[in-house]
Amino acid sequence: MPRLRLTGRGLWITALIVPPLAVMVTFVAYPILSALAYAFYDWQGLQRGEFVGFKHFHTVLFTEPFASWTRNAFINNVIVFFSLMVIQNGFGFVLAYALWRELPGAAFHRVAVFLPVVLSTVIIGFLWKLFFHPIFGPVNQIFRGMGLDFLAQPWLGQSSTALGSLIFVNAWAWVGFPTLVFLAGMQRIPTELLDAARMETNSEWVLIRKIVWPLVAPSATVVFILLFIGSFNWFELPYIMVGLDGSPYGSTDVLGLYFYRTAFGNQSAGVQDFGRGSALAVLTFMFIAVVAAFWTIRLRKREIQI
Amino acid sequence: MSTASAKAMAYDNKGILGTLGRDGLLQIILIANTILMLFPIVIMIFSGFKSNPEIFNNPFAIPDFTNLSNYISVWTQTNFIRYLFNSVFVTGVSILSILVLGTMAAYAIARYEFFGASFILLFFMAGLTLPLKLAIIPLFILFRDLGILNTHWALVAVYVAMGLPSTVFIMTGFIRTLPRELEDAARMDGASELRIMWSVLLPLCRPALIISAIHNLVPIWNDFFFPLVFIQRDALKTLPQGLTAFMGEYTTNWGVMFAGLTLAAAPITVIYIILSRQFINGMTSGALK
Repeated sequence: MPRLRLTGRGLWITALIVPPLAVMVTFVAYPILSALAYAFYDWQGLQRGEFVGFKHFHTVLFTEPFASWTRNAFINNVIVFFSLMVIQNGFGFVLAYALWRELPGAAFHRVAVFLPVVLSTVIIGFLWKLFFHPIFGPVNQIFRGMGLDFLAQPWLGQSSTALGSLIFVNAWAWVGFPTLVFLAGMQRIPTELLDAARMETNSEWVLIRKIVWPLVAPSATVVFILLFIGSFNWFELPYIMVGLDGSPYGSTDVLGLYFYRTAFGNQSAGVQDFGRGSALAVLTFMFIAVVAAFWTIRLRKREIQI
Repeated sequence: MSTASAKAMAYDNKGILGTLGRDGLLQIILIANTILMLFPIVIMIFSGFKSNPEIFNNPFAIPDFTNLSNYISVWTQTNFIRYLFNSVFVTGVSILSILVLGTMAAYAIARYEFFGASFILLFFMAGLTLPLKLAIIPLFILFRDLGILNTHWALVAVYVAMGLPSTVFIMTGFIRTLPRELEDAARMDGASELRIMWSVLLPLCRPALIISAIHNLVPIWNDFFFPLVFIQRDALKTLPQGLTAFMGEYTTNWGVMFAGLTLAAAPITVIYIILSRQFINGMTSGALK
C-alpha cells in the first residue's frame, strides 16, 4: 500500500468516494427513509399535514373498502409470482438444458429467446394487447382458423382469463432471462464432474437432479429472488394492457397499480393521497425485504460449493 | 416424465424418444420456442406495412414492403423523432454518469485500504435489492423542491441512483483482479495517483465498463414508470412514454400502430442483434458471480 504523501492520499480517496456516495444518500437512502416517515402524516395534496401515527396503515389493512382492495391486489401478486415461478423459471430451466447440449442452431436459439427481454414492456404490452383483440387480434384468428372457436375468447376482457393472459405475456417476454442465467450456471459445471457422474448412472434425469440442479443453485437463488421482487413490483405490463384500474372488475389489480392509483389518483377519481400511498409503499417494501432476506438465507444454505 | 419414458424406451424403441432420441426432442422444443418468440415480432413488422383491411383479412400474409405509408405517418405526424432524441439524451447522460461515478467508488474501494471501505461497499450493495419505485412519493417531492420536476434531470438522477449499485459491484470485482505490480511500477516512476488511475488502470477496465454500460442500458432505455410520474410535457417525453401517447391517438389505425411499435423497437433490437453476446453477458452479469 502507498504510504507516501498521506494527506494527499486521504484527500484523493475522499474526492473519489464522496460524489457517488452523495448520489446514493440523496436519491436512494433519503427517499426510502422519507417514505417511511411520510406514511405517518396526513397529506393535503403535496402539503404535509399533521402527524397521525399508524392511521394510514390501519386504513389500508383493516378499513373497508381499502382492506379488500389491498387483499385483492396482494392475492393477485401472489398468483402472479407462483405462476411465473412455475412457467417462466420452469420453462427457462428446460430451455437452458436444451441449449446446454449445444445442438445445431443453439447460438441462434439463444439470441432468439433473449430478444423480447431487451424490448420495452410498453412495446410488449401494446403488441399483445392488439394480438388479444377479441375480433381482429391474430390470437383469436389463429384459434378460429384451427377450428378451435371455443378458444376465441375476449382474453383481456373477462375476469376469468385476464390475469392469466398477462402472466402468459410476462412469461413470453422474460423467459429468456432465467434461461440464460441457468445456462451460464450449467456451462460452469466442470466436465470431469459430469463424465464421472455419467459413469455411475445412465439416467439423464438422475444426473439433472443430483448434479446439474444443485450446481446451478446459486444462479437459481438470484433468479428466484429477482422474480419475487419483480412480481411484487409488477406495474408496467398491467398498466399498459388492462389500465390503471386492473380491469375487468379488479381481476388484474396488483399492488403496483393500487399504490399508483392511491398516491397519484386516476382519471375517474382524481383524489390523490400521499399518506395512504406511502403506507402501502412501506408495507409492500417491508414484505419484499423480509421475505427476500429470509428466503435468500434459506436458498444459500442449499447451495453447494465444488 | 423422463424416468418413465426412459423405462418405456428400454422396452419399446418406437416411442417418440426412441425414434428421435433425447436430443431430437430437445431440438423440437428449441425450434418451437424460437418460433413462439419470433413469430409475434415478425407479425408486428409485417403489419406495419399493411392497411387495416389487409391486417384483418390476411393477418399472416407477407406484405408489400414498398408500402411505407404507415411509417411515413409515424415519422411526420407524431413527435416520434423528438421522443427518440429525448431517450438517447437521457440514456446517454445517465450511463456516462453511472460509469464515471461507479468507477470512482469502485476504484477507491478496490485499490485503497481506508476506514469504512467495506461498510461503504455494503451501503452500495444494499441499493441492489431496494425497489426505488416504492420511494416514488418522496422522490417526487424532492424533485419538486429541487425544481427539476418535469425536466430530464429528474430521470437522470433516478437512473444514476438505480444504476450505481450494480456498477460498483461489477467494477469493484473487476478492479480487484488487476495486478498490483502495474501501479507499483508507475508509482516508483513518480506518477501521481490520478495519473496511475487514468493511464495505467482505466484502459484495462474496458471490458468491465462495457458490461456495466449494457447492464444499465436496457432498463434505462426501456423505463416507463419514472417518466410517467416525473414528465408531463410532451416535448420532454421518452420513447416508451411517447409511445403510450401515440397509441392512444391512433387506436383505430392498426397499421400505423404496428409501424409505431416496430420503429420504437428498432433501435435496441438492431444494437442487440449486432452485440448479442455482450448484451447477454451484460444483462445476466448481476445474477452471476
